[in-house]
Amino acid sequence: MTSATASNTASNTGSKSASKTASAPVLDVDALLADPATEIIVCCGSGGVGKTTTAAALGLRAAESGRRTVVLTIDPARRLAQSLGLTELDNTPREVHGIDTSAGGSLHAMMLDMKRTFDEVVIAHSEPDKAEQILANPFYQAVSSSFAGTQEYMAMEKLGQLKSSADDWDLIIVDTPPSRSALDFLDAPNRLGSFLDGRFIRLMTAPAKLSGRAGLKVFGFGVQLVSSTLTKILGGQMLQDLETFVSALETMFGGFRERADVTYRLLSQEGTAFIVVAAPERDALREASFFVDRLEADRMPLAGLVVNRIGQVAASGLTPAKALSVAEALDESGGPRSATNAAGVLRLHAALVKTAERQRELADRFTRAHPGIPVTHVPALSRDVHDLESLREVGNALAGA
Amino acid sequence: MTSSPAVPRSDVRLHIVTGKGGTGKTTVAAALALALAGHSQRVLLAEVEERQGISQTFDVPPLGPEETRVARTASGGEVVGLSVEPKRALMEYLQLFYKLGRAGRILEKFGAVDFATTIAPGVRDVLLIGRVYEANRRRLDGKHKGQGPPAYDALVLDAPPTGRIGRFLGVNSEVADLAKVGPIHSQSQSIMRLLTSTQAQVHFVTLLEEMPVQETLEAVAELREKGLHPGFVVVNMVREPLLDDAALEQARAGRLHRSSITNQLVEAGVKATPGLVDGLMTEARDHAHRVDLEREQLELLTASGLPIISLPALPEGAADSGSIRQLADLIATQGMV
Ligand SMILES: Nc1ncnc2c1ncn2[C@@H]1O[C@H](COP(=O)(O)OP(=O)(O)OP(=O)(O)O)[C@@H](O)[C@H]1O
Ligand SMILES: Nc1ncnc2c1ncn2[C@@H]1O[C@H](COP(=O)(O)OP(=O)(O)OP(=O)(O)O)[C@@H](O)[C@H]1O
Ligand SMILES: [Mg+2]
Ligand SMILES: [Mg+2]
Repeated sequence: MTSATASNTASNTGSKSASKTASAPVLDVDALLADPATEIIVCCGSGGVGKTTTAAALGLRAAESGRRTVVLTIDPARRLAQSLGLTELDNTPREVHGIDTSAGGSLHAMMLDMKRTFDEVVIAHSEPDKAEQILANPFYQAVSSSFAGTQEYMAMEKLGQLKSSADDWDLIIVDTPPSRSALDFLDAPNRLGSFLDGRFIRLMTAPAKLSGRAGLKVFGFGVQLVSSTLTKILGGQMLQDLETFVSALETMFGGFRERADVTYRLLSQEGTAFIVVAAPERDALREASFFVDRLEADRMPLAGLVVNRIGQVAASGLTPAKALSVAEALDESGGPRSATNAAGVLRLHAALVKTAERQRELADRFTRAHPGIPVTHVPALSRDVHDLESLREVGNALAGA
Repeated sequence: MTSSPAVPRSDVRLHIVTGKGGTGKTTVAAALALALAGHSQRVLLAEVEERQGISQTFDVPPLGPEETRVARTASGGEVVGLSVEPKRALMEYLQLFYKLGRAGRILEKFGAVDFATTIAPGVRDVLLIGRVYEANRRRLDGKHKGQGPPAYDALVLDAPPTGRIGRFLGVNSEVADLAKVGPIHSQSQSIMRLLTSTQAQVHFVTLLEEMPVQETLEAVAELREKGLHPGFVVVNMVREPLLDDAALEQARAGRLHRSSITNQLVEAGVKATPGLVDGLMTEARDHAHRVDLEREQLELLTASGLPIISLPALPEGAADSGSIRQLADLIATQGMV
């Protein structure tokens, strides 16, 4: 579709919903992007709602309006990655070409490689021989590539790194990992941390510290039983791998926790803005609700809600009821081909209006529960969003332009 | 739309349902279980993400760790629900195989159970699948050996999403490599034997959208590589086009006959302003694009060679037992069970 029609229909839908949801303040995306005090924008939301798309569209719009921007994406759709020039996962921001830099801005983008980010942290924080030992350990390999929460932790880690090397950019836009719950992004790093602080870890590190299994006695009698049971179930080799892993990592744990804490604090600072993305569906909006409450409780700075992929209605002034009754009359009259087509077009229109109404009602319900939260609506484009042109369209819609 | 499946249906006892997040895995797994139970079978439906998806789908109270009946069919079949919980599965496993009641509790006290079920590589997944493996082997008399009739005629697993399915199902071979000897080693080997046998099939739920289709095709390739057997592709939430092919063709090219449609509208008493007609034309063209996109995706799926069944988007959603029955009927009539 041409961008002209898209923005027409977008503002069309926008103005209609604005009159119905008068109580929802409008999320002023351009003001947010233009404000030099905005340094980090985090796009959160439940799975598949359009977090990556929104992050990329915001990044493009910010860059074209003069900000030096970097977008940290996570698992982008392949064709979107290609159009951002992200052909390989090399864990460093690459400049995106083909954008309008006349306002003095620039756009870099990167895809997060979780395992590599983890490896880099290990290498940076341990002696070379120790690092090698950790990297080769099967437990480390499992934790760094599949532990639930590692992706979230590493996204935060990467954000911290980007922030401290901020010479090339003044705005960082962060996408968050696909997860069922938007809250995972806030909770997962902590989960990793509290595991690392757990009793079992201390138990496992005891023998290494006190030279030999005799050391376990400090924990009392039960330990021998634990140890022999574990050996019986896991086999001696696995238990030994485990002990190596735990004791090798132990020296770094402080580092991990501290870094997670630092980044977490970064997220609650003034320069950060959370944008919650939701699809106009019950489940996604419910998740968005939870997330908004949580940000409030944690005093994290929320900029507003994006309701993405709202059904578009291009023809105004024809109610579904009227459209359907005319369609029926046309069908019954058994008229020419054009009558069948007209009936089809009317049925389609009725379905579109009904969908849009249901979606608007769901969005209104969110606003009634969270009256002060600024909202912006993005229409569903008739194609997937994976080139710069359609990202611009989404950017326009985000800004209500 | 179906063709004959790669493995004769009668062989398949374990149906593993995966798909991109939110495509309808839980809904389809529930409907499949009910369809299987329709052949007067006793069917176990297991979920492994502790989300109470089964109880919500069947409108029953939240499932505890016990196997609990959630539905019955007219033919006398039944669906038994189970929400597998890894800690509990570990304790049961220890008890069953080692009679480790006391040691188990001590392991728990020292945080070893937490450790094993959250961070030890793959152990959590081994436990989750292991629990289903155990139910598959169990006889009606509760024993795990002998030739008595099985406790369940079929099992349906509401599995993790496509992004994690390869790792989830392949974890047993990884763990078998990691723990080179010992009971975990042999346990994971026998689980892997079941998963790669013709008794087990993996089904993929997808929408006709780019990302879920892409993930489905990638997961099919990955699982084949690992020696597992892809079963059906279930295209979910299908919406039939609201225009016929001829009209779509014209709409796509912007050649829907404008003046005659305007005339039809006027005759039917609609105030057909140019703005309204323009809008209707735009809607028809966007619809045609959407339909094209969906057909492209369907072709990609067809090219995978897997049998395809399709389930309609139910207008009121699918979160109640009536809808599940409706989908179960469609699954049965399209030959998936
Ligand atoms: N406004 C829109 N109109 C049309 N398609 C859209 C729109 N927004 C997103 N999409 C499409 O929806 C799909 C999912 O979007 P996206 O990848 O941004 O979601 P996500 O929230 O990042 O998903 P995940 O949780 O899997 O990371 C993509 O194919 C994208 O092109
Ligand atoms: N055929 C259908 N028609 C209408 N609604 C459906 C259909 N199938 C599923 N749904 C609805 O879509 C939503 C997602 O379905 P479901 O929970 O089964 O997906 P899932 O793949 O298990 O999701 P998750 O990845 O979160 O586990 C639910 O609200 C469900 O009721
Ligand atoms: Mg994403
Ligand atoms: Mg589910």
